[in-house]
Amino acid sequence: MNNDHVIHVENLRKDFKSHSSRPGLKGAFRDLFNRNYSIISAVKDLSFDVKQGEMVGYIGENGAGKSTSIKMLTGILTPTNGEVMVNGMNPHKEREKFVRSIGVVFGQRSQLWWDIAVQESFKLLKKVYNVSDEDYDRHMNHVIESLDIGPLLDKPVRKLSLGQRMRCELAAALLHNPPLLFLDEPTIGLDVLVKLKIRNFLKEMNEKYKTTILLTTHDLTDIEALCDRVIMLDEGQIIYDGALKKLRSNWGEGKQIEFQFAEQQTKETLSPLLDELDSEWSEGKRKNVWVANVVNDENVISEVIGRVVAAHRITDIKIHEVSTEEIIRNIYEEGVIHGQIH
Amino acid sequence: MAKYIEMIRIRFLMMLAYRTNYYSGILIYSINIGAYYFLWSAIYGDKGEIEGLSVVQMTTYIAVAWMARAFYFNNIDREIAQEIKEGKVAVEFIRPYHYLTMKTMQGLGEGIFRLGFFSVPGMVIVSLIFPISFSATLSTWLFFMVSIIFSFIVNTQINLLTGVLTFFFFNNDGLIRAKRVVIDLFSGLLLPISFYPGWAQNFMDFLPFQAISYIPSMIFTDGFTQPEIWDALMFQVVWALLLIIPIQLLWVAAKKQLIVQGG
Repeated sequence: MNNDHVIHVENLRKDFKSHSSRPGLKGAFRDLFNRNYSIISAVKDLSFDVKQGEMVGYIGENGAGKSTSIKMLTGILTPTNGEVMVNGMNPHKEREKFVRSIGVVFGQRSQLWWDIAVQESFKLLKKVYNVSDEDYDRHMNHVIESLDIGPLLDKPVRKLSLGQRMRCELAAALLHNPPLLFLDEPTIGLDVLVKLKIRNFLKEMNEKYKTTILLTTHDLTDIEALCDRVIMLDEGQIIYDGALKKLRSNWGEGKQIEFQFAEQQTKETLSPLLDELDSEWSEGKRKNVWVANVVNDENVISEVIGRVVAAHRITDIKIHEVSTEEIIRNIYEEGVIHGQIH
Repeated sequence: MAKYIEMIRIRFLMMLAYRTNYYSGILIYSINIGAYYFLWSAIYGDKGEIEGLSVVQMTTYIAVAWMARAFYFNNIDREIAQEIKEGKVAVEFIRPYHYLTMKTMQGLGEGIFRLGFFSVPGMVIVSLIFPISFSATLSTWLFFMVSIIFSFIVNTQINLLTGVLTFFFFNNDGLIRAKRVVIDLFSGLLLPISFYPGWAQNFMDFLPFQAISYIPSMIFTDGFTQPEIWDALMFQVVWALLLIIPIQLLWVAAKKQLIVQGG
């Protein structure tokens, strides 16, 4: 195993045995005696490596196997098959030693003690992780300041708002300054300001301590703001693993030029304008709006605009880049093949 | 070790956070002791003693049994079940401690809190209202202390067992409720074991439950002779050791088959 790799995963697989209920009352009685079981693979033969200091976005639809694989990486679940090495340890075998080297935030689950003040939770975690007073003061004072949670420390967790709580969760996960941080939907349900604060904080931690971060989220702006690399999962398999930039250039290579015409247009009247330019018209969402889908090339863009403006009167024009969200939607809809050709 | 002691402190804070529970607890325990006191006074009538216990000893037995219950009783089986059902157990697995030890410490924190703020003052109040005899000998008190520590251990172990079974059944409210009734009945809380018919007593000698309530209460009321005390303490120690085995086995199996519910 290469020592630069903080996470090394090979052919990782997790099967769940699940029972399906028979329909109706009769079925329910039959279920009492014997049940139908089926094996479902939540994660199928996953392989990837993560280097120290990388910030990796881990994305996929609901049920794609993100949480399951994170749980295997953190030692919560035992893999059915395959090899996992995180921080040079097998998470499941050396659990107590291993968990000291990671920090985890589950966006949907609190790890602070609900009924007591935040600072009491911190105190307990400090003891649990054997953090010395000097280390705690040096590191945590900074964390508390950056996340702006000083005034919240003496409040019980149940009285905090979601955004306040999430910032405290993050601080709690970083209390022992782990070199590797797992974030499972840390920004779920948060407002823009809190999101920004959390993102800036994570960036800072990454720069200062070279903290490796693995992040799952449904909010792609998080990924755009933080991660250079994305791993995309679908049905338990990796369908893309690489730079976010490359994903954009492979998939989002085109631009969309949106014209608002003064008069009504049809495809027939507009089509001749795009001859031999390798572009296509599609109808816009509003009346008299047409969108030209063109390749990202300055000559082509200028040519298209020039021809259209020369031939018809327009009232508005906009140029869009394809958003990451759209790219990802396309990938899920069209499958992997397109990405591999490029 | 520091982390486990810190957990006891946290549990103290949690108990203090819910004062209503604390006050209602005092009320419920007083009602129980009062009810059993009047019930037993009626049963005794003008009989001097039944099964070797005088009416004062009986009252003391009831009062001590309930006050000891405040110490050994905890809801960690229910808490474990809850944490498994809500998937919170995932968070516990990413902490560098032993989950069951931590749960035991939480139970201990709760127990010590109740012993100090509940049993002791409660006992003083009860002794003012009802005729209760406190043993004068120091050795009885010492034996009693050792004995209730073991009742805590055995009861907690049984709670851990029922709690961990949730890993396999996913929903075992029924089992938890049944366990509670079995413990109240077979541990000697409601009725001293010596009052059961002979065959039932023989049967219960093979079960751990009397280690929970019957033994410490009998020691406190001087219902046991010295050799009987030693036998009883041995009984508690043996069960405390024996119960480690199934807990450990179940725990290893549970970790293997853990499925975190709820995503």
